[in-house]
Amino acid sequence: MSNIVNLLLAGLATGAIYALVAIGFTLLWQTSQTINFAQGEFVMLPAFFVLAALNLKAPLWLALLIGLGASLLVLGAMFKLIIVDPMLRHGVLPLAICTMALSIFLKEGVKESYSAEASPFPSLFPSGNVSVLGAQISIQSISIFVFALAAVYLLQAFLMRTSTGRQMQATAQNPSVAKLLGIPVERMILYTFLINAALVALASFLVSPVYLAKFSAGETLGLSAFIAAIVGGFNQIRGAIAGGLLLGVVDNFAAAYVSTQYRGAVPLFLLIAVILFRPQGLFGRAEERTV
Amino acid sequence: MKSLAGALVISAALAVPAYAQTIKLIDVAELSGSGATVGTNFKNGADLAVAEINAKGGILGHKIEITHMDTQSNPGVARALVQKALDENPYALLGPGYSGSVKVTAPLVAQAGIAQVMGGEAAELTQMGIPTLFRTSFGQQSSMPKIAKYMAEDLKAKNVALLWVNNDFGKGGRDMVSKELQARGVKIVADLSTEAGQADFAADVVKVKNANPDAVFVYLNEEESARALKELRRQNVNVPLVGETTLLGQKVIELAGEAANGARGHVGLTVDAPIPALQEYGKKFQAKYNYIPDHNGIKGYLGVYMIKAATEKMGKLDPKGLPDALHGLTIKTSAEPGILLDLTIDKNGDLDRESFMGEVVNGKQVIKTVLPKLNP
Repeated sequence: MSNIVNLLLAGLATGAIYALVAIGFTLLWQTSQTINFAQGEFVMLPAFFVLAALNLKAPLWLALLIGLGASLLVLGAMFKLIIVDPMLRHGVLPLAICTMALSIFLKEGVKESYSAEASPFPSLFPSGNVSVLGAQISIQSISIFVFALAAVYLLQAFLMRTSTGRQMQATAQNPSVAKLLGIPVERMILYTFLINAALVALASFLVSPVYLAKFSAGETLGLSAFIAAIVGGFNQIRGAIAGGLLLGVVDNFAAAYVSTQYRGAVPLFLLIAVILFRPQGLFGRAEERTV
Repeated sequence: MKSLAGALVISAALAVPAYAQTIKLIDVAELSGSGATVGTNFKNGADLAVAEINAKGGILGHKIEITHMDTQSNPGVARALVQKALDENPYALLGPGYSGSVKVTAPLVAQAGIAQVMGGEAAELTQMGIPTLFRTSFGQQSSMPKIAKYMAEDLKAKNVALLWVNNDFGKGGRDMVSKELQARGVKIVADLSTEAGQADFAADVVKVKNANPDAVFVYLNEEESARALKELRRQNVNVPLVGETTLLGQKVIELAGEAANGARGHVGLTVDAPIPALQEYGKKFQAKYNYIPDHNGIKGYLGVYMIKAATEKMGKLDPKGLPDALHGLTIKTSAEPGILLDLTIDKNGDLDRESFMGEVVNGKQVIKTVLPKLNP
């Protein structure tokens, strides 16, 4: 029993990180109908902003604020203004290819300017365990899970209960009609990019103490979150959350009770099954296109 | 015009011998990817040795010129780079550090007939019958019996769990240590392979706990070792965690923090050993690069000094004669202080020298025992 609780909570903690990153995929899909293939590297970069600030002797709280601010600027505003806006005019495919190039640029940039080696990242939570149903669960795992879910809850509340949130939803559903209704569509799209930047920064701060800060850290995360978004439903935030949590838990249980060697294949089997039997994802909405 | 042409001819005549007299070494190393710690340490160690030797006039009066190529920790890239390196006609090749990359590059180097002084530790590397391949550290066939003996006799372990990385390095170590443990009557109660670059070890550690071992043998690369140690401590695995060199390395201690305390095992090379030459080297390295070298930092350094000693034994620059000069060579610190520990290279390219048993105490590697050369 204690093993199951341990695996479940560790899986949920990992899954919550996947969910944060996967939400970014869905947000950008809803606003620009494109896939950000640099999303994994977006999770990797904020940790290095923080480390750079720490190297300049900033205290941890200030370094985290600097990391968040730099992420909002670089991964939110600059990403939209310098890459998305100019490229989207040429269609979705050039933008997708551009994000692939951006992914390589970010990885190589960090490797050259900081280090190719992994660096330790300070933990935001105390070490130690608490007893849950007879299992010793790390405070870190629980904290990651709680913080990630709190962030998702706040985001949902913002989108559903505030005027700006509803305007963002309207923009995502139909930008032309939203414009006719007087909604500042451009600003709403910018907000989406800033929210994505904040989510990846949070994911980075939560996961880096465990995964370590490394230029290649985003590769696995980006892929897992992408799979989570597809499994859950690419066009629904709740789908991304469900997909992320499911993937984290399934991965851990598969490694423990099926095979450690084939753990990497299990999410892909899940992905194939979903594409075959429910192409819109577990919680996604089927989209129709006029030909 | 004539004087200009004359000057050009004279410059060219002078330039050719100067170029020819340079000893060209090429280091093919893991400078990025999962093995970045390995390759970067190896590179820095080699650079330090080259700078020292050049400052003292080079080898037989010839300066060394070293270049580095990045395999990205990918055996396919390593093979392509070694082919490219061989096209540049180097005097000898250094690296790679990953056993998988050594395995696919060694046959190419053997065809060229020059020496390859590498960092791989998989047992099979020097059993492939390749006469141009040389280690800079112990192979697993030398280190694993010492670890198995330690677990069986010192720790009195009856049941051992194995946690290893699924690549040539990890599989070689796992095969060798399980054979040695079983020969000593120790039962393998969990045999868990993990992936290179794996981030989450929760499930693996649950399996380790379920097996209820007396000790856990952890044989992973640097970053994965740190993550596994954190998870083992988090899940309150309190039995001895035993490894080989990497588990007690500086990078693992830095990344794992407190979780590294108590990790123990065999260490082939360490600047924490009670050997003045090694400690002095550690200080030199730290002064230049601002961090403490791990065993790979010593391997790169020793590799260059092995080439120097063999070349001086030949008394001439003969790249194709270098492998023969290295075989059977004993290098004493009294004759070549740069070799740090008395060293003998056997006919397969394996090494014999002193080694150590250590433990991580308060975030620092502490050497408990010095093990003598197998054939003093």
